[in-house]
Amino acid sequence: MLRAFQRTFFPAAWLGWQVESNWTDPLIFFVFSALKPIASVMILVFMFNAVSRSGTDPALYAYIYLGNALYIYVGAIMAGTSYSILDDRERYRALKYLYIAPISIPVYLLGRAMARFMTGTLAVGITIAAGIVFFKVPIHPMRANWPMFFAALALGVLCLAAMGIILGSITLTLRSEPWFLGESVASALYLFSGAIFPITLLPATLQPIGFLMPMTYWLELMRRALLGSGSASFPTLAAYSNASLFGILAALTLGFGLLAFILHRLFDRIARDKGMIDAQSNF
Amino acid sequence: MDRGWRLFLRTIVARAYPRVVGQQRQRTWIFFETFLPFVAVSAYVFVYRALNAPADYIGFVVMGGAMTAFWLNIIWSMSAQMYWEKDNGNLALYIMAPNSLMAILLGMAIGGMFATSLRAAVILILGTWVFQVPFVVSSPAQLFAVFLLTMTALYGMGMLFASLFLLFGRDVWQMNTMLQEPVYFLSGFYFPVKSFGFAVALAASIVPMTLGMDAMRQLTFSSGPSIGFLRVRVEIAVLAVLSIVFITAAKYWLDRMERLAIQEGTLTDRRR
Repeated sequence: MLRAFQRTFFPAAWLGWQVESNWTDPLIFFVFSALKPIASVMILVFMFNAVSRSGTDPALYAYIYLGNALYIYVGAIMAGTSYSILDDRERYRALKYLYIAPISIPVYLLGRAMARFMTGTLAVGITIAAGIVFFKVPIHPMRANWPMFFAALALGVLCLAAMGIILGSITLTLRSEPWFLGESVASALYLFSGAIFPITLLPATLQPIGFLMPMTYWLELMRRALLGSGSASFPTLAAYSNASLFGILAALTLGFGLLAFILHRLFDRIARDKGMIDAQSNF
Repeated sequence: MDRGWRLFLRTIVARAYPRVVGQQRQRTWIFFETFLPFVAVSAYVFVYRALNAPADYIGFVVMGGAMTAFWLNIIWSMSAQMYWEKDNGNLALYIMAPNSLMAILLGMAIGGMFATSLRAAVILILGTWVFQVPFVVSSPAQLFAVFLLTMTALYGMGMLFASLFLLFGRDVWQMNTMLQEPVYFLSGFYFPVKSFGFAVALAASIVPMTLGMDAMRQLTFSSGPSIGFLRVRVEIAVLAVLSIVFITAAKYWLDRMERLAIQEGTLTDRRR
């Protein structure tokens, strides 16, 4: 079983990395990897600066900056897994060959998610480094809790990969506007998980959605690991200890993992029945 | 058979038709192309609320969110369109047909502008209603002129990009992605472009959206004139110049690409 996993996972991760990176030379790839996330975070920096005379909290700046930087992982891993189904089915027209190869499709998707994780890590690293060097984000690498950071990162990436497999499986059965699915869920999570503002600002009726999202707890853990005591000024999850947050995130990851297993089987069967594995929507 | 201007006009109508009628047949856009930008707009609105920003700033975000519909239409449905056509095998038919490629692009632009205006209007109305945006229109005539000139310059730029994007291969995806957030940032979709300082704002004005939105903000918000980059009249004049420059450049490059396609016979090859 382990050999079957290795036979699928590593080639898929390698293939994904090639698809993401070999369209150009390394320098342009590096610029491309930096440009989008830096521009995205600069929007928030300039929004902050435009109104910073109105009595704003500097701790909020770190909250917004880090949330936006770390959210790159959500788009890359979760939405990216859904896109990889579309890439293989519609653009490279290779999904049908993958289906007849002796591999496991969920493991293949995990491998593609790993490639997205690598490109995402490059973007997150550049954004956070730029934040420390140029934008006065109060992160002190020597004071950060790195074991907690990497533990939370690993759990979060697992959860995002499970969510990506769910979206990828649903994407298999979509004929119209399939590329919007990953984007829709990523956008919704951006709003509800408190990535760039505390979810207590949401209308009271919408706040429970935020508390059901694993990303809410994941982002809180990552912020606490990087900002240390500076993150205590964000009241949303202040009552939760680190252990409680890890517990909730682990439970949600397990839940999404199980859901990914069940839904993949369901949507895979539907896609086969409807002849969607080699469908062309000409998107 | 139609020739000359008659053929030119009929080509425009024919290419605009699927863009306008297509959205009546495929209504999923109502969710995906209005709800999604609205969600993004909401996130930025809550950021300004977290920062205790003045109410006009919420309006800047709503307006910027509505205008993203046009920019996304430019990069994905204008700039990359010829590339999609090449990928689908239609580009060779476009080049062989007796109609002008310029007319095809104009049809795409007019149809796209109409369809996208509906989307932008929905986002604007929804955002204004949900977040209670305080619009104060000082000159409807100037506002109309700014919008029209911004659209003309913007779609002229889209037509120019459409021909230039034919030079790209599969990196067209990355090019489009690179033109998204960086342009949202440099054109000041969510904050006044004046914050950049004169030199950067001037350089960013090469994208018509920069001056267009700055002028629209000045004309629709009470605090607008105080955060404006240039005077509205100057911005209108620059937008008029940009319109002429982009449409002329689009015509030049399109003719060049058409010649290349005929001479080399490889421009329409989807493996390139």
